[in-house]
Amino acid sequence: MTEASQPIKRRAIALVSGGLDSMLAVKVMQEQGIEVEGVNFYTGFCVEGHTHAIRKKDKDKEKRNNALWVAEQLGIKMHIIDISEEYKDVVLNPKHGYGANLNPCLDCKIFMVNQATLMINKARELAGDRGFDFIVTGEVIGQRPKSQRKETMPIISQESGADDRLLRPLCAQNLPPTLPEREGWVNRDELHDFSGRNRKPQMALAAKFGLDDFAQPAGGCCFLTDESYSNKLADLWKARNERRYELDDIMLLKVGRHLRPQPHYKLIISREEGENRFLEGYRYQFTSLTTVSCPGPLALVDGEFGSEAELEQAAAIVARYSKGRVDETVTLEVRSPDGVAREITVAPAQPDAVLASWNVG
Amino acid sequence: MTSPLNELDVRRLLCPMPVIKTQNKVRTLATGDTLKVVCTDPGALSDIPAWCRINGHEVLEMGEQGNEVFVVLQVGEDNGALF
Repeated sequence: MTEASQPIKRRAIALVSGGLDSMLAVKVMQEQGIEVEGVNFYTGFCVEGHTHAIRKKDKDKEKRNNALWVAEQLGIKMHIIDISEEYKDVVLNPKHGYGANLNPCLDCKIFMVNQATLMINKARELAGDRGFDFIVTGEVIGQRPKSQRKETMPIISQESGADDRLLRPLCAQNLPPTLPEREGWVNRDELHDFSGRNRKPQMALAAKFGLDDFAQPAGGCCFLTDESYSNKLADLWKARNERRYELDDIMLLKVGRHLRPQPHYKLIISREEGENRFLEGYRYQFTSLTTVSCPGPLALVDGEFGSEAELEQAAAIVARYSKGRVDETVTLEVRSPDGVAREITVAPAQPDAVLASWNVG
Repeated sequence: MTSPLNELDVRRLLCPMPVIKTQNKVRTLATGDTLKVVCTDPGALSDIPAWCRINGHEVLEMGEQGNEVFVVLQVGEDNGALF
């Protein structure tokens, strides 16, 4: 075959979360000779980033970024894009509302597919034939209650601007043919008709491809689907009297025990060494409390104390979570963000003095 | 080393930000340039080398210094500029 008569190699960009479905979707495309590159979006709410970075208890687990790991297994390039700033509008003003918690899954998917659409449009403009022809996702009808439903599939295609350049290889046979199918770039007969929350078809396909090691995060890979996390975010908005957040805010919601003894301040108390180390980095932004007469946690104060009595109350609570909880008194260091520190000695709070209603999340 | 060592400070950033910052920095460098990335997230010691393997860059050195970790990489043929 001469070079001129060779068919054009079609190229797709795939949304890769690091989970099994998107991995399978890419693999199905590769089997059909499509050249795939991956894109992974960082929203700030990714479970991925947090879990192996902070908690000491996760130290024994192999630390890896699943999206990178998947890319390596599949032999594809991966673009990781920080969309955390633009993403705020998705979280704060979701046109299609929230799921069970503060998860704007449908708006999120539309946003991500739109970002991928902008990428392929730009690539086609700049690179012509070396650009991308279509977008691939691992979506499965009925897989997720908010975003992956029969009626949301066309909404995502339309509102993202991808239209019929969006192909879902795992459930394509349940949907109208897309451009890649109609043009014969991919064979619709070799795509799939998965639907529902049953994972057996994915498992079978993984086995067929010889994939036996993959991440299966329960409840997805986003903290916003987590009830406790969503409660903490709602509490933050309520306390500040406005719905907004910075990246540091949403990072801190992932760490420690959050207690709100008064409406105007919250304590973020580390639960182990890894969290301690993480919170340490925020001492220049927050007033902090740490025990000096015995080993204990580090606590950040989000808000302001209204009086010395409130500071003493906070110190007693932090002492309660230290090794000195049964001691008569515990001495703590109170340090303000500018580094000025003083010591305070208090009796540790008794268990019943730490009210369950203070627990945020 | 033939080219000067560039440095990237991603202390206090959590996965995947060290990788994203590394990716974006490498896009501004040329083939053969070297870059030292300094992080406090130990996960970077597996993520940055994985990112390098995927994108054809070479890890020259990595290790720990107190509470910090570092990776020295050499930019491969394609600096990964998106298009």
